[in-house]
Amino acid sequence: MASSDVERQPYKGVRPLSLAGHVGFDSLPDQLVNKSICQGFCFNILCIGETGIGKSTLMDTLFNTNFENFESSHFEPEVKLRAQTYDLLESNVRLRLTVVNTVGFGDQMNKQESYQPVVDYIDRQFESFLQEELKIKRSLHNYHDSRVHACLYFISPSGHSLKSLDLVTMKKLDSKVNIIPVIAKADTISKSELHKFKIKIMSELVSNGVQIYQFPLDDETVAKVNTTMNGHLPFAVVGSTEEVSVGNKMVKARQYPWGVVQVENESHCDFVKLREMLICINMEDLREQTHTRHYELYRRCKLEELGFKDTDPECKPVSLQQTYEAKRQEFLVELQKREDEMRQMFVQRVKEKESELKEAERDLQSRFEQLKRLHADEKSSLDEKKRLLDEDQSSFGKRRAAAQLLQAQSLTANGKKDKDRKK
Amino acid sequence: MFTFGPQQPKNLEGYVGFANLPNQVYRKSVKRGFEFTLMVVGESGLGKSTLINSLFLTDLYSPEYPGPSHRVKKTVQVEQSKVLVKEGGVQLLLTIVDTPGFGDAVDNSNCWQPVIDYIDSKFEDYLNAESRVNRRLMPDSRVLCCLYFIAPSGHGLKPLDIEFMKRLHEKVNIIPLIAKADTMTPEECQLFKKQIMKEIQDHKIRVYEFPETDDEEEMKMVKRIKDRLPLAVVGSNTIIEVNGKRVRGRQYPWGVAEVENGEHCDFTILRNMLIRTHMQDLKDVTNNVHYENYRSRKLAAVTYNGGDGSKSKGQLTKAETSDDMSPLAQMEEERRDHVSKMKKMEQEMEQVFEMKVKEKLQKLRDSEAELQRRHEQMKKNLDAQHRELEERRRQHEEEKGSWEGQQRILEQQKLDASK
Repeated sequence: MASSDVERQPYKGVRPLSLAGHVGFDSLPDQLVNKSICQGFCFNILCIGETGIGKSTLMDTLFNTNFENFESSHFEPEVKLRAQTYDLLESNVRLRLTVVNTVGFGDQMNKQESYQPVVDYIDRQFESFLQEELKIKRSLHNYHDSRVHACLYFISPSGHSLKSLDLVTMKKLDSKVNIIPVIAKADTISKSELHKFKIKIMSELVSNGVQIYQFPLDDETVAKVNTTMNGHLPFAVVGSTEEVSVGNKMVKARQYPWGVVQVENESHCDFVKLREMLICINMEDLREQTHTRHYELYRRCKLEELGFKDTDPECKPVSLQQTYEAKRQEFLVELQKREDEMRQMFVQRVKEKESELKEAERDLQSRFEQLKRLHADEKSSLDEKKRLLDEDQSSFGKRRAAAQLLQAQSLTANGKKDKDRKK
Repeated sequence: MFTFGPQQPKNLEGYVGFANLPNQVYRKSVKRGFEFTLMVVGESGLGKSTLINSLFLTDLYSPEYPGPSHRVKKTVQVEQSKVLVKEGGVQLLLTIVDTPGFGDAVDNSNCWQPVIDYIDSKFEDYLNAESRVNRRLMPDSRVLCCLYFIAPSGHGLKPLDIEFMKRLHEKVNIIPLIAKADTMTPEECQLFKKQIMKEIQDHKIRVYEFPETDDEEEMKMVKRIKDRLPLAVVGSNTIIEVNGKRVRGRQYPWGVAEVENGEHCDFTILRNMLIRTHMQDLKDVTNNVHYENYRSRKLAAVTYNGGDGSKSKGQLTKAETSDDMSPLAQMEEERRDHVSKMKKMEQEMEQVFEMKVKEKLQKLRDSEAELQRRHEQMKKNLDAQHRELEERRRQHEEEKGSWEGQQRILEQQKLDASK
């Protein structure tokens, strides 16, 4: 979408000039239209409703074609979304239509989280667009826009009021997507019941603060019809791809024993109104609202989450460059910090281990000091014993020597005596 | 345009109604109104203001709002005039940017710089507006087209022309025009055009190119225009009567050069092309090509070399910039790379640590074993000495004992003998 041509305020201070002839720039809208036709259009519808309420049938009827439909059971464990894309051609206008259906909506016992997959799907498409928009090398004009442009919410034709699931779901979605509530299988409600039902629904929506899509009133060409249609909301629709012969024509209808409900008969149901509003008149506005309102809200929240601001603390405007550079600085500082922390941790561990080992070494040392001392003690006691032994041995030696000397002396004395006796 | 799938789109039976989409688009665009910024560059006196007035059939430049050549400037200025015009219910905010003083000085080196700065500043404004968190009305003042006036010398482009176009062809759609075409005969004009186109090609200058279309009729028209490039134009502020018709033209003694006469000059072609058929395409090329180039260059500069001076400190650098991401996504990837780099570093450091601890423990065990061994040794030694001593003692005691025994016997004998 060209974001250059946006709604502008009346030009202040710009001098108007009158033209002296036909210049030709009144062809500008045509140039724009030609370009759009060349490019082709794209539209994405999300249908939310219980299983069997008629979502696929209504899509088939609206777009006059048989989309591949899968019948779902009532036993899906959780709500899932199924998206299918089709290329359609009408006159020379190409439309890439994506229909997203909820599968299993309203079937679970506990429906508290039923809306979540829907919200997630819508957000994913926004995110995808945002990512593309933020890329350095981007190709927005080639980008296939998958954002949901319209959400048809199918209300069960109970005839009484909205279910709490309906209110909860629509409340969660009203700031994310254009909600168009429709009363499904309207051929089961009588005209008077329908009137009361519609009033009840609208008042419940208002009292719960649910913002549904209002057909735009700012363009004079369509303001009148849009105002009228706004008053018929929600549209009570009937879908059918089968044809029944009525009069001399074949019309889309549902055949009952008591009569034929004609889909395109405005007194039977609001199908034609829905088609006119959704497709013929306001399709472009739905796309525009999705882009300028819902997407912008998403984008704003996302960027704020990421820390982007338009003004710095001194309320001076901050350019994109500054923001990115600031972020980058922060980022680099963070990385550096992590690196430093890790190194620090290692240094710490090394220190601890070193002191542990030193402690062990010291223990070992002291143990051996002890043993050495023990040895020294033993050695000295051993030396003492040796000394004593030496002393004993030497004193004994002395004694023996002295005794021997004595003996020798006494022997010689005795010998002398003997010798003397012999004489 | 995004290409539709390989199979033909489903052609619908029965009425659906989205064929009305183009009308819806038409309606909305008329309501919004249009904007167009046109830049006019050329030396004084080449008829720029007159041409603008003729193009838009209005007195954009008048005695109260004089054209660039009448606003004598010492240096090249870039100035804009905004006017609001309406035709057939379509409102157009027209901004004409002109450059008084361009090419008029004696030394014209760098006279294109103010022009480049102006264009870049408009891109910058748009980029900032587009990147704000709170985006609102985005007025688009980007220059969508630059009409470059070539003096009708008949001898090819001047160095200034070539320099200017070379520097600006990647920033804006350049449409070169031969000014005051009524000073050349058709043959001279033809030669001049050929010469200019050849020089443009030789210097690899990319002037605005008409897009290809599938439509045969359109392609034929485009081809006709291409053959007549660059367009030779004549402008006039005066209306003259020729053969009962009132036309814009220039009155000479020898005749009237009619502005809107296709045989006299290419003015009509220019007006049709610029305003009636290709205005949207000029916008698209500016938006999708020139602006995107500016933006990606600007943003790429922010990522890897963010700021000055932070390049050095051994930070992450990537061999190629991967532009297929936003700067934030790139930072995310950088962060992931950094995390894995740190993990590796951590593992390595862990390994080294373990190894060193093992070594130390081993050493400790070894020295414990050594000390143990020595202790054993010493103990053995001491024990041996001990045993030896015991033996000596025993022998000594034995010897002593037996000698003492002997002595006692001797003593006894002696005693017995002396009796």
